[in-house]
Amino acid sequence: MNEYALLMRHEDGSKVASPEQMQIWMKQTMDWIGGIAAQNKFVSGTGLLFDGAKVVGHKNVVTNGPFGDIKETLGGLMIVKAESVDEAIEFAKGCPVLQGAGNTVEVRQIAKSDGVH
Amino acid sequence: MSQHDLIPHLFRIEFRKITAVLCKHFGLEHVEVAEDIASETFLLAMETWKYQGIPPNPTGWLYTTAKNKVKNLLHRDQIFKTNVAQNLSHDITLEPAEPDLSEPNITDSQLQMLFAICHPAIAPEAQIGLALRLLCGFGIEEIATAFLTNTETISKRLYRAKEKLREERISLHATEAAIHDRLEAVLTTIYLLFNEGYYSESSDTVLREDFCHEAMRLTTLLLDNPQTSLPKVHALFALMCFHSSRFKARTSATGELILYADQDETLWDKTLITKGAFHLHQASHGELTRYHLEAGIAYWHTVKEDTHEKWEAILQLYNRLLQIEYSPIAALNRTFALAKANGKAAALAEAEKLQLTTNPFYYTLLGELYTGIDNAKAKDCFRQALALAKSSGDKHTIQKRMDEL
Repeated sequence: MNEYALLMRHEDGSKVASPEQMQIWMKQTMDWIGGIAAQNKFVSGTGLLFDGAKVVGHKNVVTNGPFGDIKETLGGLMIVKAESVDEAIEFAKGCPVLQGAGNTVEVRQIAKSDGVH
Repeated sequence: MSQHDLIPHLFRIEFRKITAVLCKHFGLEHVEVAEDIASETFLLAMETWKYQGIPPNPTGWLYTTAKNKVKNLLHRDQIFKTNVAQNLSHDITLEPAEPDLSEPNITDSQLQMLFAICHPAIAPEAQIGLALRLLCGFGIEEIATAFLTNTETISKRLYRAKEKLREERISLHATEAAIHDRLEAVLTTIYLLFNEGYYSESSDTVLREDFCHEAMRLTTLLLDNPQTSLPKVHALFALMCFHSSRFKARTSATGELILYADQDETLWDKTLITKGAFHLHQASHGELTRYHLEAGIAYWHTVKEDTHEKWEAILQLYNRLLQIEYSPIAALNRTFALAKANGKAAALAEAEKLQLTTNPFYYTLLGELYTGIDNAKAKDCFRQALALAKSSGDKHTIQKRMDEL
């Protein structure tokens, strides 16, 4: 069993949703994670706040938020267990973030510290 | 209390008190001496009371007898020491100290013992065994009945655990740091002890309720102590209050288990539900533990009305619980809540992914979900559940569901 990171990206993190819409997304996200956890495949995960986000650049230049120059921003990340990248992809397909056009979930295998990967 | 109930009741209550105090008195490495004295005290009581009747203060009688037995033992020991080893030691006190059987010392001794037996060197199943024997006063036979095994297995398990107590020189005086480190194991032991009573397949319902009461009593010891009166301990206590509020409603007059949906909620104990709510409130700060989530789920089960709000809340609690602590039963219950909150179709898709194909409850759940959607498939699932079910109670329930189809 390998571990995979699911990186959820929003095309535009500055978009403001209505509280009702946010509540629906929240429930969908919780049910999605619960479904993965019910298969004993959930390792860890967290949402990332857009508020107060900073980007530290070359020569330690700090800019406010990742939204100025870069359009795609990280909204959350989750680590799952999966037999194969295909299984991890199946988990990713259920991610409610994908309901927004332009949003993506990047699937990346976590490097093992066994000197091979 | 009738005379018939008095002796077993006294035995259970006083055996553990005497054992705990004597363990503290002699040191944990002499736990067998403590148990022997407690047993002999009761043996003498049985012999004497049979002819002379039960004394007006049976507890006082037991304590005096236990103290005398300690005195005799130490006296014999001293004769041996002064005769054989008189030149080796000069600081032997002539009048051996009497064990202190006062209520504060009893509580103190039991609490110390609880933390001692939850030492990391003792295997978890042995921890529960020791707790049942030394802290709750259950007999080997009763423990074996509850664990659906024979007395020999339990005796061996306890023997090895006591050896371990000696080998590791485990002290009753756990340091503050050790108490902090072992609290998790202590809570797990109490939690398992409660579950053993609540979910055991043993048909002895009285014994099972006793297990639950004992688990609650041990938790009360922790709650009464400032160092261990933590939010998660309150959460565990709340969980046990909510569950045990349904004791009267969950077994029929003939001892058969009554499923939640068929229970008469007027039999639910409102006082315990209120108590649970109070402790859940006390638990509402600090880290979120599995006990908080399980207590929340148990709370919602004290609301009989089938509302969307109820099932949505239960679903979200299970979603969180599974992230902290996966278990097949939580996964199945979560899927059941999903059916109630999001509909059967959504739940079926999730249920098919679980693939808990050796678990009878998995097929029972699938059967329930297919009922009304594809009855032939539902029947197939119940049939598979029936083939996997172990207890006669479960088989009976599944057969009933099949017949209803």
